[in-house]
Amino acid sequence: MALSSVLQSESADFSFNIDRSFSFGCGFGQTDLGFGAAPGDRLNFAIKASLGPDDKDGPERKIEFLHGTTTLAFKFQHGVIVAVDSRATAGAYIASQTVKKVIEINPYLLGTMAGGAADCSFWERLLARQCRVYELRNKERISVAAASKLLANMVYQYKGMGLSMGTMVCGWDKRGPGLYYVDSEGNRVCGDLFAVGSGSMYAYGVVDSGLRQDLSVEEACELGRRAIYQATYRDAYSGGQVNLYHVHSEGWTRVSQEDVLKLHHQYQEPKK
Amino acid sequence: MSYDRAITVFSPDGHLFQVDYAQEAVKKGSTAVGVRGKNVVVLGVEKKIVAKLQEDRTVRKICSLDDNVFMAFAGLTADARIIVNRARVECQSHRLTVEDPATVEYITRYISSIKQRYTQSNGRRPFGISSLIVGFDFDGTPHLYQTDPSGTYHAWKANAIGRSAKTVREFLEKNYKEDMESDTDTIKLAIRALLEVVQSGGKNIELAIMKRDESMKMLAQEEIEEYVTAIETEKQKKT
Repeated sequence: MALSSVLQSESADFSFNIDRSFSFGCGFGQTDLGFGAAPGDRLNFAIKASLGPDDKDGPERKIEFLHGTTTLAFKFQHGVIVAVDSRATAGAYIASQTVKKVIEINPYLLGTMAGGAADCSFWERLLARQCRVYELRNKERISVAAASKLLANMVYQYKGMGLSMGTMVCGWDKRGPGLYYVDSEGNRVCGDLFAVGSGSMYAYGVVDSGLRQDLSVEEACELGRRAIYQATYRDAYSGGQVNLYHVHSEGWTRVSQEDVLKLHHQYQEPKK
Repeated sequence: MSYDRAITVFSPDGHLFQVDYAQEAVKKGSTAVGVRGKNVVVLGVEKKIVAKLQEDRTVRKICSLDDNVFMAFAGLTADARIIVNRARVECQSHRLTVEDPATVEYITRYISSIKQRYTQSNGRRPFGISSLIVGFDFDGTPHLYQTDPSGTYHAWKANAIGRSAKTVREFLEKNYKEDMESDTDTIKLAIRALLEVVQSGGKNIELAIMKRDESMKMLAQEEIEEYVTAIETEKQKKT
């Protein structure tokens, strides 16, 4: 499902900077990019940077990346817990402490954001559109497997063109709780636990030691919250607030949003 | 002024003549009957008389589209081959992108949209087939759908297409019972309906059944003969 067929007719015109020679012949006329795509159109949705040999300062002209982040999601008996931080950094500069890294695809599907903010939010909004069309055509909700597959296929078309996206698609469908990791390299993996980002190692440590299948909802939320907090404590690129969501059979609920400093006092206080 | 040349031209009274003529082609094809029971779905077709030197096995009018769906058609066999091929590919594409088997309704909708496309393109003619598509969704519900050359589709409990379809349909309307629990009753109904129009009995009937969670099974000639004999005995008892 190429972008052209997904975005047919009622979409804006997305054209790449066509005088750049891409390695596998994605030139004008070869990818059908919608009406009126003409050479020299200056709407660029890819990073021009890393593709030309004469760009000395290429890597510097980056879009704000969220590789510096911690997002995690895990399955348990009552569904899926999704916990994320909210810091965005550009190098050593903290650009924002209040980024929403969980994208609400529809009332029963969530996507997390790691990598390029624009890539994540754009493709997941596109995914929301596809999911809605599926629902209307087939008179039933799309499964998490199918939704993650649609996203993976959409993004695979652009493999090697500089997309940066590492997302977890979480939901509840006929088969129960669903959790898939999808990234711009073309990986799509089903699993019970994922943590993505620079702080993921710290988060894994906490969740691995505390995860049991028979956790109650509060215990699971607390585990997710604690994992993100510990990651923000040690990782410079993660911080801000911990946003926590719970996906259950009725859909998702936003459980809490707590500032990391407040959590720090909460956890460290009893030690004194 | 003849409005039946181009498919893309309406006549003043709102007909697409090419589509109507395609439906006439369907009416010349050999009869096919479909019945949806509670736990089994049945398709029966009238076997065409095969020349002496011709191999019987190459004239298959019932084709499986996937493990859970199969179909029969009436009309131009060559056209049906194309539709069946495309439907088979689409069933697999659906499994690939959605990781689930296609529902009967989905594949029917796909076939109908192909047929409709050919009623609205330049330089092409409509497909000259109607098809009966049966199967089970993966949640266990049985379905029977009928498509026609115009690209419309409807769900049926029991239906017939092809030669003498009207007679067979009337027979089905008289004899169809809701909630036919027994598989044998459903199969017998399909055979009885076909016997109304097929000459020389069980030899010229081809029957396929599918029970829930099982694959399609073509009944052997002997099995069909058994059912036919049972039906004759029942008829004798009544009269």
